[in-house]
Amino acid sequence: MLKLENMGLSLQVEEQSIRILENINLEFEQGKMYALTGPNGSGKSSIARAIMGIHQPTEGKIYFQGEDITDLSVTNRARKGFGYAFQHPARFKGLQVKDLIEVALKHGDLEDCMCLRNIGLCPDDYLNRTLDNSLSGGEIKRIEIATILAQNPRVRIFDEPEAGIDLWSFEQLIDVIGNSHGPNNMTVIISHQEKILNMVDEIILVIDGHIEMKGSCSEIWPRIQDGATCACKKSCQKEGEIYADCPR
Amino acid sequence: MLTALDKKLLQEVADLHDKPPGAFNIRKDGQGIERHSLPGIEIIPKEDKPGIDIKVEPGKTGTVHIPVILTSSDFQDLVYNTIEIGEGADILLVAGCGIHNPGDGTAQHDGVHEINVRRNAKLRYVEKHFGEGEGGGKRVLNPKTVLSVEEKAYAELELVQIRGVDTTSRVTEASVAAGGMLVMFERLLTDQEQFAESEMVVKLTGENSSARIISRSVAQDSSRQIFKPQLIAYALAKGHVECDSIIMDQAVVRSIPEIWAEHAEAELVHEAAIGKIAGDQVMKLMALGLTPKEAEEKIISGFLT
Repeated sequence: MLKLENMGLSLQVEEQSIRILENINLEFEQGKMYALTGPNGSGKSSIARAIMGIHQPTEGKIYFQGEDITDLSVTNRARKGFGYAFQHPARFKGLQVKDLIEVALKHGDLEDCMCLRNIGLCPDDYLNRTLDNSLSGGEIKRIEIATILAQNPRVRIFDEPEAGIDLWSFEQLIDVIGNSHGPNNMTVIISHQEKILNMVDEIILVIDGHIEMKGSCSEIWPRIQDGATCACKKSCQKEGEIYADCPR
Repeated sequence: MLTALDKKLLQEVADLHDKPPGAFNIRKDGQGIERHSLPGIEIIPKEDKPGIDIKVEPGKTGTVHIPVILTSSDFQDLVYNTIEIGEGADILLVAGCGIHNPGDGTAQHDGVHEINVRRNAKLRYVEKHFGEGEGGGKRVLNPKTVLSVEEKAYAELELVQIRGVDTTSRVTEASVAAGGMLVMFERLLTDQEQFAESEMVVKLTGENSSARIISRSVAQDSSRQIFKPQLIAYALAKGHVECDSIIMDQAVVRSIPEIWAEHAEAELVHEAAIGKIAGDQVMKLMALGLTPKEAEEKIISGFLT
C-alpha cells in the first residue's frame, strides 16, 4: 500500500513561498487503478510529483508498504518500483528511442519491443530515431508511455497521458494502460477524460490543493462535468474531436 | 614491432587491434615504422619533408589507415601528408593521433593534411585524438586540414577528441565545387584545464554545392573551447552550420559561427547554442532508476555520439 499522511507542499517562487497542497491524506492499494482529477492548477500533478519524489513534501509523510519513503530520492523511488510518465516528455539531442527503452528495461530483452508495438509504434521505424524535435508531440508522448510499459514499475503514474494524442491513439492508449495493469501494480492517472475516469476503481477530486472528494465515476463526473471541459466543448464535439488536446 | 602500448594507442585512435586491413602507414615518434600499399592505393614517403603521399587511383575502393602515435615526452612531431583520391574512387581514410606522454616535457604532434577528392569520388575521413600519460607533461595536437572537394564529389569528415589532450588548435579549410557535398561532424569533450580551438573556413564555390557542419561539444571543469566555423557561398549553394555545446562547472565556451553569401541564390543557415544539461532530461532518467551522475553521463554520451 502507498499512503500519503497529512502531506503538505509549499514551493518557493521568486522568494515567495506558495502553498500548493494542504493536508493530503490518501491510500492507494495494490492491484487498483486511480484517477486524480480536478481543475487546472488544483494540485493534481503536484501530488503525483510528490509521490515520485520530484517534489519534496514540506509537511507530512509518504509510506510505501509500511516504509517511510518521504526523504527518498527520485532514483531510489524508481529502484523501489515507482515509474512516472511525464505530461511533457523530455527531448534529448543524440539519445535514441532504444537508449531510453534500454534504460527502462534494465536487463530485459529489447528484441521484441512489445512496449513500442503496444503503443502503435513499429520498432523497425522507431528504435533508431533520435529523441529530439524530429519526433512529433504525439510520437514523443507515446514513447514516454512505452518507457513505463518497458519499466513495468509497481507504482505507475501517468500524468495526463492523453494530452497531445489523437483520437485514434486515445482509444488504444486507454486499452494499453488498462491491459498492462496487473494485480501487482497500482496505477495513478491524472486525467480529465470521462473514458479514463470510467476505467479506474477510484477517482480523487483535487480542488485548490486539497482532496475535495473521492468516489466512482458516476459520483464524481457530475461534479466536474462542466469544469473539466469548457464552453467550447459542444463545438469540438460537432467537429468529432472530443478527445483532441484542447488548443486553449 | 608494435608494443602493447602502441597497440593500445592504435586501438584508441583507429579501433585497431593489430595491423590494419587494407593499406596503412603507422608513424611512431616521428618515424614511419610500418607501411603497406595496395595495388591502386600507394603510400610513398615524402622526400623533401616528413610525411607521406597517398595516391588512390580513379575508381578504386578501399580503406586506408594512417595513425600517428607518440610515446615519448619532450617530443615535437610535424608531418605533412598529401592525399589524392582519384576520380570516382570510394575510400575510408582513418587518421588520428594517440599520445602517451610518460614524462614532464611536452609531447606535440602537428599534422598538415592536404586532401584532394577528385570528381565523383567519395571520401569518408575519420580523425580521432587520444591522450594519456603518467607525467605532468602537456599533450598537444594541432591538426590542419586543407580539403578540396571537386565536382560531384562527396567528403565526410568525422573529427573526434574526447578528453586527454591538453591543448588543441584545429584549422580546417575546404572548398566545394559544383554538385559537391561536404559533411563535417566534430565531437569534442574537454575537462580539467584543457583548451580546444577549432577554426573552419568552408567555401562553396560551385553551383549546387552544399556543406553541413555539425559541431557538438561538452566543456567540463575549467576547460575552455572556441569555435569559429565560417561558411562562404559564392554560388547557388546550400550550407548549414550547427554548433551545440553543453557547458558545465567553471568551463568557458565561445561559439562564433559566420555565414557569408556572395550570391543571391545562396541559402545559408547557422544555429549556435550553449547551455547546461536540461533538468527535465536528468529527471526522466532518474525516474527510470539512474543516479543524477549516471543520467548526466548517459546524456553526454548520447549527445557526443
